[in-house]
Amino acid sequence: MTTLCFLALLVSGVEILISHPRFYWGEAGNVLSPPLFKLPFPASRSSVPTGYGYVLPDQNGWSRYLHFESAWIAVLTGLLYIVSGLFTGHFRRNLLPGKADLSWRAISNSIACHLRFRRPSESEAWSYNVLQRIAYLFVIFVLFPLVVWTGLAMSPAIASVFPAAVSVLGGQQSARTIHFFVSVFLLLFLLVHLAMICLAGFRNRMRAMITGRAGTHMERT
Amino acid sequence: MSELSRRKLIATGLAATAGASGLAVADRLAHRYGLIPPDHGGLYGVGETLTYAAQRILTRHSLAREFPRSQISKTPFPNGEPPKDEAFRRLQDGGFADWRLAVDGMVARPASFSLAGLKNYPSRSQITHLACEEGWSFIAEWTGVPLAHVLDAVGILPQARYVVYFSIQRGWWDSVDMADALHPQTLVTYGMNGADLPVGHGGPLRLRVPRQLGYKNVKYVTRLTVTDSLKRFGKGLGSAAPEDGYAWYAGI
Repeated sequence: MTTLCFLALLVSGVEILISHPRFYWGEAGNVLSPPLFKLPFPASRSSVPTGYGYVLPDQNGWSRYLHFESAWIAVLTGLLYIVSGLFTGHFRRNLLPGKADLSWRAISNSIACHLRFRRPSESEAWSYNVLQRIAYLFVIFVLFPLVVWTGLAMSPAIASVFPAAVSVLGGQQSARTIHFFVSVFLLLFLLVHLAMICLAGFRNRMRAMITGRAGTHMERT
Repeated sequence: MSELSRRKLIATGLAATAGASGLAVADRLAHRYGLIPPDHGGLYGVGETLTYAAQRILTRHSLAREFPRSQISKTPFPNGEPPKDEAFRRLQDGGFADWRLAVDGMVARPASFSLAGLKNYPSRSQITHLACEEGWSFIAEWTGVPLAHVLDAVGILPQARYVVYFSIQRGWWDSVDMADALHPQTLVTYGMNGADLPVGHGGPLRLRVPRQLGYKNVKYVTRLTVTDSLKRFGKGLGSAAPEDGYAWYAGI
């Protein structure tokens, strides 16, 4: 469900983005003002100068409907996950790194193991390693809330209720720019996450994720 | 049937009944308090209803952010071309002296206002943000008559629930609920940055709804219709926007 939502948010987000592939900092910005940066994409609006000789078809209507509907599902399931994670102790037990793991030596050791592509031993594979734990906590408690916050900060109605939620980000256009970067980070996380699952053995990991039971050992590749 | 599975069955049945009646109650309440948007059908209807209901509950009395004069954009972008038809050209040549705003529907005294007549009413100026659904925006000072004041002058009937507004540009019309129609910052706008509203920005008359995105701010407005239902307008989806695939409510 969350994966489907993420893909829906990604596709519709890209569609919305190409209607104006320029970014600004501050409260306001448009094609007449200098951008912070531009993406080298063609746009779906003729009013945006992109250097391409053509204009893509406008897909913003359904993209916006789909973006917000998937956002609702992602936020509601995300809240359910966070509340249940807090109550069952999942975060404390499985995600919060132990004190010993947080030393520079342990972290650099873990990085070195990753760089050498050393596979975890059977006992290690049962729990998340320190790099995984940090990455997951960062996604759950920093990137995910930030992407929701910056998304809402672009809404003129929400800004009328919580003006400070926009101004601390530097303005509405800043919120849009941060929203873009956080989305890119989330996409990178997903790609690395998927690559790791494939390395660890796709069938085994999927079974473990859905049923909670892992096979006796890693699949041999 | 074992004891356990019977108990499970009863519990599931009770939960389902409670869930269904809970939904029915929520539906009745949502209708009563006007939390269902006209484009609530179809694949995206649930998300759209959640968005509209949540924002309507949160924003019933909130004011759009207003900015200091120093924040006014030096390059406000006039999106789109002014109307090309003969009727508009003639009015423009006459300095819009003959421009009229008709107000009809569920009102006690239907009326037609000239620009000069509107300018005689107490005006309001506010420096607000105008953001397009595409992602760009600008800040300007807007001057006009609060729509609430115009509606007061014609006397809206108690059953009024929406105000529909029409552009001189054929096929461009939209509507807002009474929370937005009576909102103090919703302006029948005739001025921008201290001058007459330029044609590129919707002059001589544009409806500014600063808590919603650009496309709700219809340019070249000639008529307002007060109504209790949006079913009789267009395809019944509340505005021209959903007929082109865009949401009726544009608070986000």
